[in-house]
Amino acid sequence: MMGTDKTLTVLGATLLALVAAGFLLPDWAVFLLTLSLARGLVVLGLLILWRSGLVSFGQALFFGTGAYTVGLLVLFAGLRDIVALTVLAALAAGLLAWLVGLLLTGYRDIFFAMLSMAFSMILYGILVKTELLGSTDGFNVPHPTFLGYAPAGEKMRVSIYLWTALVSMAAAYGVHRHLSSTMGQLGAAIRDNEIRVEYLGASVRRVLLIQVIIAGALAGAGGAVTAFAVGHIDPDAMAYWTVSGEFVFVTILSGTGHILAPFLGSLLFELIRSFAFQYSPYTWQMVLGTSLLLIILFLPNGLWSLYARLRKGG
Amino acid sequence: MALLETRGLTKTFGSVTAADNISVSIEAQEVIGIIGANGAGKTTFVNMVTGYQKPSSGSIWYRGQDITPHGPRQITRLGICRSFQVPQVFPSLSLFDNLLISLGVAEGERPAIWRPLRRPHLHAAAEEIVARYDLASYGGQLVALLPQGVRKLLDIAMAMAHRPQLILLDEPTSGVSVGEKFGIMDVVMGALRDTGVTVLFIEHDMEIIERYGSRVVAFAEGTILADGAPRDVLADEQVRRYVIGEALHRSSHARGGAPHA
Amino acid sequence: MLTFVAILVDGLIYSSWLFVVAVGLTLIFGVMKILNVAHGSLYAFGAYASASLIGAYFNAGWAPLGSFAVILLAALIIGVALGLLMERGLLRFMYGRDEVIIVLVTYAVFLILEDVIILIWGTSPYFAYQPYSLLGTASFGVLTFSNYDLALIGLSVFIGGLLWWGLTATRQGKMLQAVIHDREMALAFGIDVTRMFTITFVIGAVLGALGGAVTAPQISVTPGIGVEVIVIAFAVVVVGGMGSIPGAAVGALIVGMIRATAVHLIPQVELFVIYAVMSLVLAFRPKGLFSRAEARKI
Repeated sequence: MMGTDKTLTVLGATLLALVAAGFLLPDWAVFLLTLSLARGLVVLGLLILWRSGLVSFGQALFFGTGAYTVGLLVLFAGLRDIVALTVLAALAAGLLAWLVGLLLTGYRDIFFAMLSMAFSMILYGILVKTELLGSTDGFNVPHPTFLGYAPAGEKMRVSIYLWTALVSMAAAYGVHRHLSSTMGQLGAAIRDNEIRVEYLGASVRRVLLIQVIIAGALAGAGGAVTAFAVGHIDPDAMAYWTVSGEFVFVTILSGTGHILAPFLGSLLFELIRSFAFQYSPYTWQMVLGTSLLLIILFLPNGLWSLYARLRKGG
Repeated sequence: MALLETRGLTKTFGSVTAADNISVSIEAQEVIGIIGANGAGKTTFVNMVTGYQKPSSGSIWYRGQDITPHGPRQITRLGICRSFQVPQVFPSLSLFDNLLISLGVAEGERPAIWRPLRRPHLHAAAEEIVARYDLASYGGQLVALLPQGVRKLLDIAMAMAHRPQLILLDEPTSGVSVGEKFGIMDVVMGALRDTGVTVLFIEHDMEIIERYGSRVVAFAEGTILADGAPRDVLADEQVRRYVIGEALHRSSHARGGAPHA
Repeated sequence: MLTFVAILVDGLIYSSWLFVVAVGLTLIFGVMKILNVAHGSLYAFGAYASASLIGAYFNAGWAPLGSFAVILLAALIIGVALGLLMERGLLRFMYGRDEVIIVLVTYAVFLILEDVIILIWGTSPYFAYQPYSLLGTASFGVLTFSNYDLALIGLSVFIGGLLWWGLTATRQGKMLQAVIHDREMALAFGIDVTRMFTITFVIGAVLGALGGAVTAPQISVTPGIGVEVIVIAFAVVVVGGMGSIPGAAVGALIVGMIRATAVHLIPQVELFVIYAVMSLVLAFRPKGLFSRAEARKI
C-alpha cells in the first residue's frame, strides 16, 4: 500500500537521470529519447485502456490532433510558448476524445478497435484534403519558447527534450495515481464482468469515457511535443492508421507491469527502428511484425493470457 | 408502508409471457422464499426489480417511490442488491480485491478518480466481511481458481457491501453439493440476520425454504400461484402439482417419495 | 442525367470491387471469428502475382483472352499457398485466444508480408494493363466505360451467388452455417470444425487474392496497395455486419454508392466519407446492418 510513495521516488529519480542524460548524451541520442518519451505518453493512455480490456487502434486521431493544434496555433495565433501549446494541444485532444468517446464507449473488443480506427481515418482524410494545412506535405513547426526564454540554436533540442521529460514523468505519476484509485482498479473489474460493475453501483460507460479522455489528452500531448521535436507535421506521420498500429505494438511490447514500462518499450522501439532502417528500409516492417509475433507467442503478458482463458470459461 | 411493492408486473418476449401481472408486497425484515419450476419467471422477477430488464407493463415501488425506470446502478444506490444464479464476480482478481472494489464503489457517489482504493479503513472493512462469511482461507486467491461454493458466498458478500435494505438471492445454493447447501445457507443467513436486511431468496430445495423462510411465494408459468406461510403454500394443491411436481391423485403426504399407484 | 448515370455506374463498379475484396474477410470472420488484417497482404500478393503472370503470359505470345484464366490462376495459387501457410502454420495455434490478440497476430503477419512483397518484387511499380483493354468499351452518351470494369459487376454477382448457393444448398455449406452460429455445438454434433476452418480460410484467402488479381490490370501495382485496402475492407465488413455475406453485399453497395456520389459531387470528402458512413451505421446499428440477437447473460 505504500506503492504510491515508492513510485514517486522512482519517477523522481528517473526524471533526474533523464535531465542528466540530456546534458551528457550526444544530439542524436537526445532526439531519440525525446521521441521515445513522447511515444511513451501515448502508450500510457493505451495502458489505461488495456487494463479496462480495450484496445484503441485510433490513438493517431488524438496524436495528430495534438500535433496539428500546435501547428495551427503557432501559424495562425502566433503562440510560441511550449507550455501553453502543450496544454492546449492536450485539451483539444481531450475535448475531441470526449466527443468521440460518447459514441466509442458503447462498443467493446473489435468494434471498439475498428471504430476508433475509423475515426482516426476520418481525420486523416480531412487533413490530406485540406490545402490550408499543406495536405500530404504538411508544414514546418517553428521553434517554441519556454515561458519567455528562447534558447539559442544548439540548446533548442535539449530544451524541448527537458520539457518532454518533465511532462512524461508528471503524466506517469498521474496515470499511476489514477490506476491505483477506485476508478483505475475498476478497469480490471470491467474487463472481467461489466454487469457486475453496474450492479455494484458504478457506471461502466462513465469510467470508460473518462479513461478515453485521459488517453486522448495524453496522446495529444505526445503529438504536441513530437511536432516540436521533429519540427514538421504531416498526416502520414501523425494520423495514418499505421501510426496507431505502432502505438499498439509498443503497448504489447511494454506490457503492463510498471508505469515506466511504456517508456522503456518506446525506447526499445525507437532503437530497433533506427537500426533496422540503417540496415535496410525494406526490412523494418518485417522486423516489427516478427517481433510482435514472437512477443505474442512466447511472452504473453501473464495477466493477459490468464484473462483470455478466464473469459472463455467465465 | 411496504418496503417493496410490485403492481401488475408483466414481461413478454414476443409470444412468450415470462411474467404475468405479478403483484406482491414485501415488508421490512421479512425473509421470503421464492419457489417455482425452471422458466416460471423467478429470475425474470428479480431482473425486473433490480432494473436489469424493463417490464412490459406494471410498476415497482420501493419505499413509496416508483423505481420502475431505474437501472441496476441506481437501484443498488437506493438500497436493493442481489446475488446471481451463476456467481457474477471478477475472476482475474483475488477474492479480497473483489470485496475491496465492491466497498470502494459503495463508498462514494461515484468511484474516486485519484484517491487510492487501498486505504486502511476499506481494508479493515473487507477483512471484516471475509471473517463474517468464513472466507479467511481464500482471501488472497484468484477467484477463477476458487470452488463454486466460495464464489457463491463471495457473490452474496459483494452484494452486501452496499449495506442494502433489501437483498434478493437468486438460488444461493444451486451448483453446490447437497452436503454443502445447509452450510452455506447457515453462513449467509447468519451474516444477513445481523444487518437487519430484508431477504428474498429463490430456492429449489424445499427443506431450505421451510428452514429459513417466514413466507413463501410460489411462481408457475409467470404467475403467482400462492403466497403465504411455508406450511400452507407447500401443502397447496396447485403448488404441489406445478412446482413441487407431484401427481394430483396421491394418498400419502410424503414429499419426494416414490409415487404408488 | 449524365452525372446520375455516371454516379450509378461508377458506384456499381466500385461496389463490386468492394464486395469481392471484402467478402473473403467477412467469411473468415463469420466462421472463425478472426479479423484478418493480412487480408490486405493477400490482396497485394494477388495483384503482384497476377501482374507477373500476365506479363509472362503475354511475353510468351499466347491467345490474349486466355489472360483472364491467368488472373484466376494467380488468385488460386496465392490464396491456397498463403492461406494454407497462414492457417496451418500459425493461426491454428491461436484458436481460443482473445479475438483482439488474434487480430494483432494477423497484423504482425501483414507487416511481415509487406516486406516480403518488396523482397520478391522490388519497389518499382508493375503494370499489366493488357487484359484491361481486351474487352473494349461501352458508351452512354459522352460517357465511356471500360467493359473490364463492367465485367467486375458480373464477377461480383457471380461470386456472391456462388457463395450463397454453397452456404445454403450444399451439405458442407450448411455445416459451415452451423459453425458460424455456434462453434461448440457444431463440434458436439461431430462436425470437423478444424477442417472447416482450414477450408474457410483458404476460400477467404483466394477471394482476397482474387480482389487483387482482377484489380492488377486497372492500376499500377506498388507496395502499399494492401495497406489502403485493409481499412476499406474493414469498413464494408463492419457496416454489413461481420460474418454476413448479404451484409457484405449491402455494405459494399452503400459504401460504393456514397463514395461515387462524393467523388462526383463533393470530391473533398471522398477519402473519409467511407469511415463517416461506417461511424454513422454503427451509431444506429451497433453490430452492423445484418447482425444477430444475443442471448441473455444472467
